Amino acid sequence: MVGSTPLGGFLLVAALLFSIGLAGALTRRNAILVLIGIELMLNAANLNLIAFWRYGPHPELLTGMMFAIFSIAVAAAEAAVGLGLVISIYRHAHTTDLDAMNRMKG
Amino acid sequence: MSFVFWMFAVLTVAGALAAVLLKNTVHCALALTVAFAGLALLFLDLDAQFAGFAQILVYIGAVAILVVFAILLTRGSETPKDGVFSKNWFVGLVIAAGVFAVFAWAVLASVGVLPHEAATPEVSVAQIGQVLIGRYVLPLEIVALLLTAALIGAVIVAMDEKERAR
Amino acid sequence: MQGSISFTPQLAASPIAEILWLIPALPIVAAGLAALLKQPRRRTAATLAIGAMSVSLLLSLVALAHVVGAWTQGLAARETVNFAWIHAGATSVDLGWVLDPLSAAMLAMVSLVGLLIFIYSVGYMEHDENFTRFFCFLSLFAGAMLAVVIANSLLLLFMGWELVGLTSYLLIGFWYQKPAAAAAAKKAFLTTRVGDVFFLLGIVWLFAQSGTLLFYNYGAGSMETVALTALLAQPAAFGLTAAGAIGLLIFAGAAGKSGQFPLHVWLPDAMEGPTPVSALIHAATMVAAGVYLVARVYPLMQAGSLAGGTTTALTVVTRVGAFTAVFAALIAVAQNDIKRILAYSTVSQLGYMMAGLGMGGVAVGMFHLITHAFFKALLFMGAGSVIHGCHEEQDIRKMGGLKADMPLTFITYAVGMLALCGFPLFFSGFWSKDGILEAAQHWSVARAPFYMLVFGALLTAFYMTRQVAYVFFGHWRGGKPAHESPAVMTLPLVVLAFFAMALGLIGTPAWPWFRAFLDGRVAEFSLHGFAEPGLLILMGTSTVVVFLGLGLGWKLYSGDGPAPEDADVLEKSVPLVWRWLHDRLYVDELYGVTVIAFYGWWARVADWLDRRVWGGLVAGVAWAFGQFAQLNRFFDNNWVNGGFDKGCEELVSGGGLLARVQNGRVQTYLRILALAVVALVAILIWSSRP
Repeated sequence: MVGSTPLGGFLLVAALLFSIGLAGALTRRNAILVLIGIELMLNAANLNLIAFWRYGPHPELLTGMMFAIFSIAVAAAEAAVGLGLVISIYRHAHTTDLDAMNRMKG
Repeated sequence: MSFVFWMFAVLTVAGALAAVLLKNTVHCALALTVAFAGLALLFLDLDAQFAGFAQILVYIGAVAILVVFAILLTRGSETPKDGVFSKNWFVGLVIAAGVFAVFAWAVLASVGVLPHEAATPEVSVAQIGQVLIGRYVLPLEIVALLLTAALIGAVIVAMDEKERAR
Repeated sequence: MQGSISFTPQLAASPIAEILWLIPALPIVAAGLAALLKQPRRRTAATLAIGAMSVSLLLSLVALAHVVGAWTQGLAARETVNFAWIHAGATSVDLGWVLDPLSAAMLAMVSLVGLLIFIYSVGYMEHDENFTRFFCFLSLFAGAMLAVVIANSLLLLFMGWELVGLTSYLLIGFWYQKPAAAAAAKKAFLTTRVGDVFFLLGIVWLFAQSGTLLFYNYGAGSMETVALTALLAQPAAFGLTAAGAIGLLIFAGAAGKSGQFPLHVWLPDAMEGPTPVSALIHAATMVAAGVYLVARVYPLMQAGSLAGGTTTALTVVTRVGAFTAVFAALIAVAQNDIKRILAYSTVSQLGYMMAGLGMGGVAVGMFHLITHAFFKALLFMGAGSVIHGCHEEQDIRKMGGLKADMPLTFITYAVGMLALCGFPLFFSGFWSKDGILEAAQHWSVARAPFYMLVFGALLTAFYMTRQVAYVFFGHWRGGKPAHESPAVMTLPLVVLAFFAMALGLIGTPAWPWFRAFLDGRVAEFSLHGFAEPGLLILMGTSTVVVFLGLGLGWKLYSGDGPAPEDADVLEKSVPLVWRWLHDRLYVDELYGVTVIAFYGWWARVADWLDRRVWGGLVAGVAWAFGQFAQLNRFFDNNWVNGGFDKGCEELVSGGGLLARVQNGRVQTYLRILALAVVALVAILIWSSRP
């Protein structure tokens, strides 16, 4: 089914997803939305991996797939820790607004 | 490009855009879920069934829920006064656009060398399992450790301090 | 008789010639010491001066005796002692002194007359509070004059000359609080300066042409044959040779010092000084220095003349001298100040001396110089005695009948006056003046000087009689009665009166000792001297002239003179002529409208130049500097300050800008990270393209 789509298409989609995720991470005020953006970036990378696995020379080695699976696992762990941090920060500053968090200024 | 691919791609991108642009944070989380789903479909389209299902299970089933939990715990559903975007949001947009431009340029410049078609690989779950235990056993164990540490860490970090002191 | 004097040079100088330099040195040292004294120490000052002068006189007499002795033994010698003063490579500037008959005679005269006047001054200046300063200057003058006399180098002579001029200025202006005295001193200095400029030109030219300024230097001197021939060969301007031109330049200097027309204007004004000064400087010695100078450079002036002929230089000397003689005598007729009459008389007699030199040679002129020194000093000192006795009155119209009140003064003054007039036989003036008249009679160029000099003799007798009649005869027309002067003043008068008569003996045609002495010959007493053709007639003529003058004067002025307010007898008869003569023939006024007016104009031009042009230049430069400074300030304020300060500010704001990166917000850091990664990736991709 997929044979007619060139690899470049998948890569472009991945790039687009990555950029959107980055845009979100860089522009939104809420810390959680920054994490959402990061998740999108990770997913875009996964897509890239799977696409290159599929169109690569030796798909039977499953290298790409393994990479993607491990990436998913790590992403999950990271999301948990990150959100835990956000909650902890929320407890201190009573807000998740990143613009207000400039104690590290200077 | 096939119609299916287009559909899945549009779905994913739309979800992603919504996730980033919407005002209500909960709506953003839900849009993120849609994006995840789209991605899972794309994985399936790429004959990576295990990855696709793993995506659904982990991302949609765990990460998205987690995000919603976090939103609710931090009263993120309330719309802030000054708008949802940070002060210099345009700069961020420009940078992201620049990033996209670079990637697109790289991809488009190498269109000639990228393969158009590929044969469907013969991949079974048994094979995946064997590879996991075989070749990738070390990363597997390390990921297990990682997950444990993340679990404990996240709990500690998110715990109420009074409880921690106790 | 003109003769070039040639002596055989002696190789070793005699002892007296070796120490000849002491003669001027001692008075100068005395002057230096006197300068250090405080004013009240009068006796010390007078002792120093008179003591030094006495020693100088002694040495001068020794020198004279030596020269006379050497001459009578047939060793007619001119001794010189020369030494190099400045060495300039191969050439050197030499100084030296000479002992020959001319200098010996002059030395004796100057030191004797000087000493007598010093003694006289002790009495005359007794009431003056600046007694010490007076003797200091007087001694300095005497030393300088003696230096002029012994000089063998034109440079040494010039140095003494200048010093004499300086001391003359100091002494004329001795009572400097009087504006008239200060002005007279300045006038004397400036007028003689005019002559000195030409003199200096002559000296420089002579040095350039002949390479030496020494007069006699064993054949190498400038007055000796080698140098003179060279100078004659050089043509100068106006048809003159170098010898003639230099001679005329030197004469210009002499004319200034000796008061010849037109540089005579300072001498009458110089009477502002004390009478001893007038006697010493302006009668006997300094004014005679000019005549002495011409006598010294006579070989130069005479060079190129054929036997019996004359040169251009000497002709000029004669003409100027003759003119001055008559000019001054005319003015003397109409003066009323006792010293002014004598001053103009001096100018006139100096003219006689110059004419004598020009026509008759060194001996003729010098004889009159020596006799004139004695009787003129006598006359001045007598006038001083009169002034002193009349309580500082100087106008002859306010005197009279003094022959009874001041007998000694009267007798000595009469001797002097008769000598000046040239009263026959017993008075030296007759013989010396006749010498000049004889030379004039035989002058080859023209007869005009002879007639002028005879007329001058007439005028001399006339004005002197007028003066004597006014002062000593008639009755007293002044205020307080007069009194005789003390012995310290009258004794020198007696001595001088003696010489005024006795000196005639050495100049008679029967025994022309002086002339022979200067020529280096032996003179024999022989009455055949009177047998020269025309001599007796000349003597008779001059006698007649003298008696004519005396008689005319006596006739007009004897008896009671007019009251001071009345006009003079002559004034009543020829008022216009009298006016002209009384106003000194307007020479001073002429100078006033020409030279002085020009000088004033020139000073104004120079002042304008200085203020506008040079001052403007300086102001312009200053303004330019100011503008430059403004430009600098502009640059400094705007560019340097602005630039530098701006730069610093930019730096600070840049720092501020950069600091904004560290705003503590995570998303900012993220953005920068992303940017950096993008840039890196772009570079990587771009650099890895084939």
